[in-house]
Amino acid sequence: MTARIFRLFIPLLAVAAAALCSMAIIALSGRDPLMICEKLFRAAFASDYGAGQVLFKTTTLIFTGLAVALPFRARLFNVGGEGQLQLAALAAAITGALLPESLPPVVAVLFSAFAAMAAGGLWGASAGLLKVRFGVNEVISTIMLNFIAQAATGYLMSWRFAEPSTGHTAETGGAFMLPQIDDLFGLFAGSPANISLLIALGTALCAALYLFRSRAGYELQAVGLQPEAAKYAGIQSGRHVTAVMGLAGAIAGLGALNLVSGYKHYYEAGLTGGFGFSGIAVALLAGANPLWIVPAALFFGLLEYGGLAVGAYVPKDIFMIIQALTILIVIVLNARKP
Amino acid sequence: MENAIRLTALSKKFGTVEACRSVSLSIRSGSIHAVVGENGAGKSTLARLIYGMHRPDGGTMEINGTPVSFASPAEAIAAGIGMVHQHFMLVPTLTVAENVTLGLEKKRLFFPLDPEGSAESIRQLSLKYGLAVDPLAPVSTLSVGEEQRVEILKVLYRNARILILDEPTAVLTPQETSRLFAMLRSLAGEGKTILIITHKLDEVLALADTVTVMSRGSVTGTLSCKETSKEELARMMVGRSVLLRIENPPSTPGETVLSVENLGFRTAAGLVKLEKVSFCIRSGEIFGLAGVEGNGQSELLSLLWGIHDRSGQLSGKMLFEGADITGRSPGEIARLGVSLVPEDRLKHAVVPGFSVAGNMIFGRHREKRFHQGFGFDRREVAEYSRNLGGTYDVRCTDHENTPLGALSGGNQQKVVVARELDRPGLKLLILSQPTRGVDIGAIEQIHRSIIGARDQGAAILLVSSELDELIALSTRIGALYQGSIRRIFSPEEVREGRKRGRPFEEELGLSIT
Ligand SMILES: Nc1ncnc2c1ncn2[C@@H]1O[C@H](COP(=O)(O)OP(=O)(O)OP(=O)(O)O)[C@@H](O)[C@H]1O
Ligand SMILES: [Mg+2]
Repeated sequence: MTARIFRLFIPLLAVAAAALCSMAIIALSGRDPLMICEKLFRAAFASDYGAGQVLFKTTTLIFTGLAVALPFRARLFNVGGEGQLQLAALAAAITGALLPESLPPVVAVLFSAFAAMAAGGLWGASAGLLKVRFGVNEVISTIMLNFIAQAATGYLMSWRFAEPSTGHTAETGGAFMLPQIDDLFGLFAGSPANISLLIALGTALCAALYLFRSRAGYELQAVGLQPEAAKYAGIQSGRHVTAVMGLAGAIAGLGALNLVSGYKHYYEAGLTGGFGFSGIAVALLAGANPLWIVPAALFFGLLEYGGLAVGAYVPKDIFMIIQALTILIVIVLNARKP
Repeated sequence: MENAIRLTALSKKFGTVEACRSVSLSIRSGSIHAVVGENGAGKSTLARLIYGMHRPDGGTMEINGTPVSFASPAEAIAAGIGMVHQHFMLVPTLTVAENVTLGLEKKRLFFPLDPEGSAESIRQLSLKYGLAVDPLAPVSTLSVGEEQRVEILKVLYRNARILILDEPTAVLTPQETSRLFAMLRSLAGEGKTILIITHKLDEVLALADTVTVMSRGSVTGTLSCKETSKEELARMMVGRSVLLRIENPPSTPGETVLSVENLGFRTAAGLVKLEKVSFCIRSGEIFGLAGVEGNGQSELLSLLWGIHDRSGQLSGKMLFEGADITGRSPGEIARLGVSLVPEDRLKHAVVPGFSVAGNMIFGRHREKRFHQGFGFDRREVAEYSRNLGGTYDVRCTDHENTPLGALSGGNQQKVVVARELDRPGLKLLILSQPTRGVDIGAIEQIHRSIIGARDQGAAILLVSSELDELIALSTRIGALYQGSIRRIFSPEEVREGRKRGRPFEEELGLSIT
């Protein structure tokens, strides 16, 4: 009993412990840790703009976190969120640029969301297929697929889609843009926070329903927990592996809605900036629970933006140290015998 | 004489479940002490408390007269206690010798091990106690009986003076059991103390000096084995008198359901596992399959269930109601109305992390009655689980929130048997060791359900290492030896044999060795 309660508090403990370590590191670097903390929180919460920035980062992290968490339940480690997101972002931007201006916004957004999910999903599903058909470990295949995605987007950009003047793809038409939260609710003015946030929350909820309430989720968890028994029970684990990897890729791809349709309206190199990898940290902190992904993403969103905001005082690298430390502590605490 | 173990008012609670309530017990040094009791009575918990795997909530423990309180098994091992668990704990990829010496390498980290030396000392140990097993064989290639010998070697290698064995004979053949007992007796003769948990009362009376009966966490009584009987023990355990042999009215077999014709199986490495196996099972009859473990039973069952190693070479036919089922998947076979209770329930039949209710529908979760939208009708599933659990006496209060892994071993088995016997439209029931680890009260219940399923027209294939179980239930019995059926005992022979008792058991035993 107590062990179970302890488990619930692991993420909080890990966050607190990592924060303490980082304070020590900041102090060693010759800055006052309390001052830095205050600045960080002020930047993040005191202004509409700051809070909106944090939420904007959180949104992408929810998607990429889910993309790691779902396969994790089937004992698959999807390290390929970054590549899946990258391809999806390019696909969304190109689709947006190709669509006629006259299209109704809803249709246009649906089109690009579909393109993004298809691109990401295809990339994820290939890793699943490689595993099922040829027994390729998914960690290795997703890492390789990341390289391919990186190179392929670079090539496609320079071959065809980048405009020489700006270096990014053509801007998409107005119809294609997602409304800002500011437009709808009058909140977070001037920040890039857009209604993708709501889509992200909805996706997390759907993912939880899929995992904990649906028959497919029941089978998927059986495959993860007891693969041999799943086989005896007539569960076709190969299908589940391919499907969940495809689903994960598609969800990572939805992150492109936030980055492209909600914010930049075009694709440029570096747009996805490691969000796919931070998703791994988010999923681990959340214990691969789709609902816990939301607060975990918020925490990492805060670090990502806060790190930028106090960049004048301490190097951003310190915040990468915090991220990594948190995860290590989570893993250590989880591995501890109850 | 001195007491090796003395427990006073030992208690352990899991949440609201009182697994052990104020257990007091003394075990004489050099004696063999048995613990019996229903499934979930707290036997394994008691053993784990002594072995330091659980910490007691209250009470005290003395080992050889010194008060102790173990924080971990390591401390118990240091105090000279060794335990062989109900579910083995070996590393399959390591060799026997490596498993035995694991944790006691007698070398600094990063220094090369001395596999020859440890293999030699293990070989001597196994010679001394008649525990034949090759120290250099990887554990994954061993049979269950051999795995158990490795577990015992592990304990002896650590110089344990007190041995705890949790249901050691559940997985053994009669021959292996008698070898084990001979060895335990010689260990006791050397002055070692043995605590053995079992469900088989015959074994208790044959082996132990004293026996403690547990019921719902408490000790009901401790008796000298010389002065008690099977019936008395059974009554003390269950609280009512138990039918030790089920009534088996003659059956009236109908159409042939399963017919296996000249089935053969050869592994990719060329080993012949099955050769020209032919038998058929008609609806309303129980076909018993006797055989020493490793004579092709597991291959036959995996062929029938469609999960055999696809790299092997298969010949012959398996016809279900006239249609060939060779090469079909487990899901397709189950859909025809076939149920399987596999031998290794933990690995193959349940997901310990799922709730009891979730396991009660595992493999049957495609049935419409449990569905609602994309998910499950949770109320229906919970109710179904509670009802079925009630019928089969699964000891569990909250089916929805208790993980199956928290049930006692026998109760886990009851969940599996209940689920498979209750499959709607059941035509063929394949049972492998259906009462392994189950207490006598529940064995009676399970046997009655098997006969019930037979009378409702199911064809039943029963694989069991318990000859008396086979004789009590089967209509016909096939003797499997080295991958072939050596002899099939006709219904008349079995019926006669049931009356003859012991001599027939011996005749059957001879035909499988
Ligand atoms: N780790 C655990 N968490 C929660 N409950 C437990 C745990 N281990 C055992 N129990 C409960 O304690 C009770 C006693 O279990 P135990 O395993 O000791 O029974 P047992 O006598 O060994 O039964 P069996 O003959 O079936 O093996 C059961 O009700 C079981 O559900
Ligand atoms: Mg037990």
